[in-house]
Amino acid sequence: MKVTITVNGEQIQDDVEDRTLLVHFLRDGANLTATNIGCDTTSCGACTVLLDGESVKSCTVLAAQADGAEVTTVEGLAGPDGELHPMQRAFQAEHGLQCGFCTPGMVMAAVSLLKENPHPTEQQVRVGLEGNLCRCTGYHNIVRAVLAAAAEEEGA
Amino acid sequence: MIPATFTYRRAESADHAVVLVGEHGDEAKLLAGGHSLLPLMKLRLAVPEVVVDIGRVRELSFIRDLGDQVAIGALTRHHDLENSALLARELPLLAHAAGQVGDPQVRHRGTIGGSLAHGDPASDLPAVVLALEATLVARGPNGTREIAAADFYRGLFETALEPDELLTEVRVPKPAGAGWSFQKFTKRAIDWAIVGVAAQGDKVALVNMGPTPLRATAVERALADGASVEDAAQRAAEGTEPPADLNAGPAFREHLARVLVRRALEESRA
Repeated sequence: MKVTITVNGEQIQDDVEDRTLLVHFLRDGANLTATNIGCDTTSCGACTVLLDGESVKSCTVLAAQADGAEVTTVEGLAGPDGELHPMQRAFQAEHGLQCGFCTPGMVMAAVSLLKENPHPTEQQVRVGLEGNLCRCTGYHNIVRAVLAAAAEEEGA
Repeated sequence: MIPATFTYRRAESADHAVVLVGEHGDEAKLLAGGHSLLPLMKLRLAVPEVVVDIGRVRELSFIRDLGDQVAIGALTRHHDLENSALLARELPLLAHAAGQVGDPQVRHRGTIGGSLAHGDPASDLPAVVLALEATLVARGPNGTREIAAADFYRGLFETALEPDELLTEVRVPKPAGAGWSFQKFTKRAIDWAIVGVAAQGDKVALVNMGPTPLRATAVERALADGASVEDAAQRAAEGTEPPADLNAGPAFREHLARVLVRRALEESRA
């Protein structure tokens, strides 16, 4: 079936199998490979992207379900001049990553979290990121990064 | 992992969905948010030939105040339930429990109708609608019918819905000011409940204590007979058939049910 999805502002059309998952559309069709496939079972959150502005696990969405929608991956966060998104800057500054595998999904989940709750408490950040696993167990710095990004956006 | 091949059909309306599943009967599955069905399809535990996507049927996404009850469209997402001011005011048990389902990403996709129709006894919302004595509305080729939540669950992943019927709405009577509580025991944040308890006043329902969600009838009877919370909670496992899995055996689940029912009754009466 023909599917058209606006990915990071660019309309992408692809002829896919009905069973194609959004994450494969992004990685194989759109050639945007920052979005990782971790557990494949809706648990780890590595494949998290924004679908019409809200975090979803793209391993558990059919490309057909996203037909006509807008998707943002971590590649789409930086400005046109390459300036990093405040969340990316905060992850860098607070060392919110170790091996980096969970990072694209973690960043997208965090962006969605702050959109819904711009001033979260530390506990709200921890609960808000419960759908994302970091197997390096680097959670402390990740939570610190999200709080720093929230503070920066508040000051901006 | 990707699902086995299937044909994707997109429903444009609730009636269109009924026509589409009617054409394919047992071979078709309805897809709402997909967060129960797609994982099963990836594991080949479900291999439908046709998937009917009702995700765009906006007419099925609503929360309406009907006076003495609240009507909730089947496609209303957990995220919407969790953030509804109407539910927070009138049905705080449902709003709170919806916020405990899965994780934020799951709640952005998963729907109340999908969760109820899937019939997983480990899911949170089936026990909640049992405790709230909700009525489920189904639409089929011969029209609409109402099914009491108490009559909806027939067995493991088995409901009163016919293969050509679509769950369209949940009607929940407004409880008369009684306290409520939702208890969910998990090992990790995003897991299904090993055991869960939904309490609204003296109505108590259990998650994952048998092949279907259950009312804790022995507890309710004891409360009606004037038993203390402590004594009534001791009867939480009566009449249940708790499963054994990697997380817990039946004896531990029975213990959890007694403890969680006590906590639920204490909290709902506080």
